[in-house]
Amino acid sequence: MSTTNPQSDAPSGEGAPRGPRRWSRRVADGSPAAAARARRRSKQRRRVANVAGLMAALVLTGTLYSALSPAYATDESNTSESSAEAAGRELYERSCITCHGENLEGVPTRGPSLIGVGEAAVYFQVHTGRMPLVRQEAQGPDKPAVFSDEEIDQLMAYVQANGGGPTLPSGDLREGDLTEGGELFRLNCASCHNFVGEGGALSSGKRAPSLEDANDLEIYTAMLTGPENMPVFGDNQLTPEEKRSIVNYVQTVKEQADPGGFGVGRIGPVAEGVVIWVVGVAALLFGIFWMGSKA
Amino acid sequence: MARTATAPGVPTTRLGKAALEVDDRLIVAGPLRRTLNKVFPDHWSFLLGEIALYSFIVLLLSGTYLTFFFDASMREVVYEGTYAPLRGAEMSAAYESTLYISFDVRGGLFMRQLHHWAALLFVASIVIHLLRIFFTGAFRRPRETNWLIGVALLVLSFAMGFTGYSMPDDLLSGTGLRIVSAIILAIPVVGTWVHWAVFNGDYVGEFIVGRMYIVHVLIVPAIILALIALHLLILVKQKHTQFPGPGRTEHNVVGNRLFPAFAGKAGGLFFIVFGVCAALGGLVQINPVWLWGPYNPAQVSAASQPDWYVMFLDGSTRLFPAWDLNLPGNYQIPALFWPTVVLPGILFTLLALYPMIERKLTRDTASHHLLQRPRDVPVRTSLGMMAITFYVVLLISGGNDVIAEKFDISLNAMTWAGRIGLVILPPLAYVFTYRICLGLQKHDREVLEHGLETGVIRRLPHGEFIEVHQPLGPVDEHGHGQLAYGGAPVPKRMNQVGGARRAIRGFFKPIEEPAQVELEQRQDEHGLAAAEADRELTTSGRPSDGGRPQEPRD
Repeated sequence: MSTTNPQSDAPSGEGAPRGPRRWSRRVADGSPAAAARARRRSKQRRRVANVAGLMAALVLTGTLYSALSPAYATDESNTSESSAEAAGRELYERSCITCHGENLEGVPTRGPSLIGVGEAAVYFQVHTGRMPLVRQEAQGPDKPAVFSDEEIDQLMAYVQANGGGPTLPSGDLREGDLTEGGELFRLNCASCHNFVGEGGALSSGKRAPSLEDANDLEIYTAMLTGPENMPVFGDNQLTPEEKRSIVNYVQTVKEQADPGGFGVGRIGPVAEGVVIWVVGVAALLFGIFWMGSKA
Repeated sequence: MARTATAPGVPTTRLGKAALEVDDRLIVAGPLRRTLNKVFPDHWSFLLGEIALYSFIVLLLSGTYLTFFFDASMREVVYEGTYAPLRGAEMSAAYESTLYISFDVRGGLFMRQLHHWAALLFVASIVIHLLRIFFTGAFRRPRETNWLIGVALLVLSFAMGFTGYSMPDDLLSGTGLRIVSAIILAIPVVGTWVHWAVFNGDYVGEFIVGRMYIVHVLIVPAIILALIALHLLILVKQKHTQFPGPGRTEHNVVGNRLFPAFAGKAGGLFFIVFGVCAALGGLVQINPVWLWGPYNPAQVSAASQPDWYVMFLDGSTRLFPAWDLNLPGNYQIPALFWPTVVLPGILFTLLALYPMIERKLTRDTASHHLLQRPRDVPVRTSLGMMAITFYVVLLISGGNDVIAEKFDISLNAMTWAGRIGLVILPPLAYVFTYRICLGLQKHDREVLEHGLETGVIRRLPHGEFIEVHQPLGPVDEHGHGQLAYGGAPVPKRMNQVGGARRAIRGFFKPIEEPAQVELEQRQDEHGLAAAEADRELTTSGRPSDGGRPQEPRD
């Protein structure tokens, strides 16, 4: 770090002129031979003492600095980061640093701090293509992911290593009770995401997106980390088992066919109203025009 | 028919003899003959009301089937049926039986969907029928009574629709019922009492589904049926209106007899209506209650809307500012009262009283049996368009969150667009419609005065180009037509007065030779070219029959 150099220079600069004056007083007491020996010894001593003093000052400064500045110490310990973290850092410094800062501390008006968000948040944001953001707007839209799965793993490792936070769940994410999942979905999720996750509008251009394209892990990590305008559903609010129930419900209902025919978006009266006018009434008007022309 | 062997009029066939036996006892031949011979005028727009009638018949039939299986009870049960994602969930018996109809009753889901689509169509066709009546002035004296009955039927169909989609007790309908409960509570002074009477206590109680059921399957259908009968009886008594045209006056009815022509058409239309409802019911999913889930007052979903016909009131609620009126004495009139009680109250009162209002304003108290073309009554037509615009802005605002989400628009922008549009668009619609009506009127007059544009450009000897016009009747010395406007459509294109060749036959590909048809038509002197060929030209080079289109110069 360039900042340590002027600080370590300063004490050694102050100590240097004091040393020779003290030794010169002792030299004045002895015989010429002794004085010559003493001068030689003192020359060596002076050199050793100078080096030792400098070293002591440096160590003291370094210790003080590391005691007062923990960030520096963290950075020092990073020399042992794994290859995945290193690759993640490289990706981070290329694609994320502009808005999230060089130490994941965030940049005011651009992006939030990533310290403590954990790999779960990285997975959701990057895997759904929300990050990297194209531009600042009401809400980052999902789009095809920019990074490959391997690169996402590296980014996750880097962010997880620097601040920790929620981690990815393991095992079968659909291992939960279907009915309970439905009940919990309607209680916690439907107010924004619609009855079966078709998505809904929030204020000022924000929205709760459709869960149509979401995979199990994305739904789970979204609940865990609360991206964008979504609240965090921590493990003390929805237990991991309850989260798995919700994932199971969303994915099961999504995959099931519509028994009534064409589903018209599964959004209820708005789509049905469009159908009755555009299809039903239009077909009947055509019918009576045709009957009228047969008069 | 070997009728000659017996006295004239005495039936000889088996059927005839049987009919005679019936007539001997009931004496119906006279009235029946009069009825069967009744003449109905013929126009496609007169069939709109019939669509409503036939969809009501579909509703009665499919609804009866649904009552065999529906359990209108709010008893708490645990679902153990076919639909896996709800197995083990607590729900009301009403919702459980709706799931049972949907998944376990043979044809149950089809019947549910048929019933719901027919309901949407019922209200839609009533609205279109009402618009036809309004824009053609068919509500004028002596038909104000039928107008009032029609408005009553519209309001009752809303009540039918609301009770119908609220009964399954799913999360969507429960949310709607909660809103209605809030609307009732918002009525000053009587609100709480009415709410207690309707729900038999606080929301939601254990009574409301059973009450809605009896209203939905007995009370309102009985009233609707009675009103439809009255509507039709008055129609038969007063005779149907007709558009002005050749031979049509205020004192006759030109059209087809009830039997066989009109009955054939009506029967055909019934099957078309049934077919459209059945196709929608079988192919397009409607109100999938299993996705909505059982009702729980703690839950509410995004995009909870009523069916389309009530959606305008949801829209008015979304647009109206949150202006609670705080009165002294800890008394409050909630903002909800104005857009959901006062607004529809004003709208339906204006609608019901419109014939009387127009009579007052125009001082036209005469009886009318001939209809008006919308362009000939620009003020009424513009008022109607203004009302439609107002309604459509509210309707769109009722679904503004879905539109915002699907089209990536800010919901706040949708709300403000609705608020501003509700104030600005109706007057604009009035002005535009008025100008369009006047323009169409002028064009009618112009065609009557100057004739049809033939598209034939003729160059006069001195170099001037004129377009030859085809007068519709005799002309004066300036070439101006002498026909007066009679309220009937004026032909605007030459082929409407026989100026074109007939179309080449064949639906997918021509089945005759176009050149052959051309020759044949030329021989019969059909079409413009044939008429042009032997037209006499005056000395000035102008056609003698008034080809000069514009201002008379000579």
